[in-house]
Amino acid sequence: MSDLNFASSPINKSLSPERKIELFTQMVRIRRFEQASLKSYSSGKMGGFLHLYIGQESVAVGTISLGGADDHFITAYRDHGHALAVGMSMNECMAEMYGKQSGCSKGKGGSMHFFAPDKNFWGGHGIVGGQTPLGLGLGYGLKYLEKEGCCLCYLGDGSVNQGAFHESLNIASLFGIPVVYIIENNGYSMGTSQQRSSAYTGCLAQRAEAYAIEWDVINGSDIYEVRSKTHIAMERARKDHKPTVLEIETYRYYGHSVADANHKKYRTPEEITNYKDNHDPINVFRQKLMDEGVLTEEKAEEIDKSAKAEAADAVKFAEEAPAPTIADISTDVYWETDNDTDASKIGHHFFS
Amino acid sequence: MRTLTYREAIREGIDEELTRDDNVIVMGEEVAQYNGAYKVTEGLWNKWGDKRIVDTPISEAGFIGMGIGASMLGVRPVMELMFWSFHSVAFDQLVNNAACVRYMSGGLINCPIVVRGPANGGTNVGATHSHIPEGLFAAFPGLKVCAPATPADAKGLIKAAIRDNDPVYVMENTLLYGNKGEVPDPEDGDFVIPLGKADVKREGKDISLIAHGRSVLQALAAAETLKEEHGIDAEVLDLRSIRPLDVDAILATVAKTHRVVLVDESKPFGGVSAMISHLIQEHAFDELDAPIKRVCTIDAPSIYSPHIESEQLPNPKRIVEKVLTMF
Repeated sequence: MSDLNFASSPINKSLSPERKIELFTQMVRIRRFEQASLKSYSSGKMGGFLHLYIGQESVAVGTISLGGADDHFITAYRDHGHALAVGMSMNECMAEMYGKQSGCSKGKGGSMHFFAPDKNFWGGHGIVGGQTPLGLGLGYGLKYLEKEGCCLCYLGDGSVNQGAFHESLNIASLFGIPVVYIIENNGYSMGTSQQRSSAYTGCLAQRAEAYAIEWDVINGSDIYEVRSKTHIAMERARKDHKPTVLEIETYRYYGHSVADANHKKYRTPEEITNYKDNHDPINVFRQKLMDEGVLTEEKAEEIDKSAKAEAADAVKFAEEAPAPTIADISTDVYWETDNDTDASKIGHHFFS
Repeated sequence: MRTLTYREAIREGIDEELTRDDNVIVMGEEVAQYNGAYKVTEGLWNKWGDKRIVDTPISEAGFIGMGIGASMLGVRPVMELMFWSFHSVAFDQLVNNAACVRYMSGGLINCPIVVRGPANGGTNVGATHSHIPEGLFAAFPGLKVCAPATPADAKGLIKAAIRDNDPVYVMENTLLYGNKGEVPDPEDGDFVIPLGKADVKREGKDISLIAHGRSVLQALAAAETLKEEHGIDAEVLDLRSIRPLDVDAILATVAKTHRVVLVDESKPFGGVSAMISHLIQEHAFDELDAPIKRVCTIDAPSIYSPHIESEQLPNPKRIVEKVLTMF
């Protein structure tokens, strides 16, 4: 890991103190939201899986903070951090996990499937690597529609061995698609470490060389480095229509999902403690902001308190929200039937 | 009326939609510079150029997923699978992303794509290239499936598919591409056949042959033999669209003839005809004078041998034999 000072790169120097506090606040909000989710999940109030983002907050917040009006985002199932970072509310996200009608997907998607197209956020996808061709397509669409933007497509380190990802890289390079693939490398594809799941020289991102794609590795514990290097990749995409593969080294404190009962067996307690003590992206950023004189202890406390309260309110909102009805099962299947078009009135669409 | 081949009719339909809507694009393997593996897209690249007619690598999961992603932003890709049999390497994109993204987003997203290509047996290309997956895809809510039998239907349905705001999978047939048939002249107006509307291809009173795709032509040939040699007057109902499905037309022909043979190039287990058989027994049980019978592809992977493959598929001889067991 280099000791370069990314705080002084132009993209970070241009940040106002207020904006820095905002980024810090977003990271804290994600962590408090996840902790509240864990509590609700553990008390049996949610179904399905819960893939926590705790430890990785700088990745979603740092990269998404660079987005303009024509930049788009898509990720896999560990999607809560990205959802909050694009501006989705804690209420709609929490209610979705509770399976409630007022959830962002009306209770039809769950934890792995958050979407907000109005905020350029296209999910939230459950199949490992399955979102990588979609991210390619968002980039394709931007180029086709002549927008100067790019797509940030996130994937885990376990996804790099999926065929769909390799097909996407080939086409991205061949067609000149404005997409940035961001490998959030937390070291483990479920319970299998990187060393036991991937063949590589140097790092995972280096595989991009085979497709004539630029790549870089980023220390994810430093949000300034995340922003600085991602900005370069985004500009390359927007201006030159060239893809990039970024590998951001990060860490998750919890298991692959909360149902991952072995997460303390495939790694040592020392490993987790070391990350918490020395590399936690929130602690690192907090210290930097204090050193810069942007943040005080009191302000940090206030931000934390407010994030906790917001998460608690979201839990309350979710608990009180109404569940979907049996009639809701059959809506949002076809655009044409939802919109009661002429086409939807011809023939049977449903066979229940 | 003028005649076109089935492939020309599809091409004309696509060309008209390319003209109508700037966001319609054609993508697939060999669709542009090579003029299409089966020449369906011949001439389109010359006319429309690189932006609208796009050659892709042999990378079905990659380019179909890309088309789905682009469609979420409003591009309307018409994607060619050189064979529908190749669906298996893009299955995750076809059934998880295309079929479910609207639902899982609570209706925030729609996916206006068309995937088209041939889905048939009968060309001695072996089991991996002879899959007939219309029943398979129709089983996924969120998807729409159609299978035209004639040039006119092929043109009308591809146009409806491109205009539809949901994913539509169009199953064509390599053995039909050269068939000629009457297709209305564009000067006489926009010719679109809605999804979900079946068509009585032959009126009859003694028995209903219900089919889709090339099986419709096999049923029509069988109907001629039944009339000439056995005095049986068969009605042939062409489903055209599998999902949405014209259940009313199915029940109407059953109520008219009271006997049904379903002709279906799928394999028997869980095919389109299995579903239709269920619908008939549920909604028209009292109309039936005999059990519902089926002529499907003989239940084995598709055989290569040119000596015998046509016997594995539904053919007029097998249909006639089946019908005669019912009288």
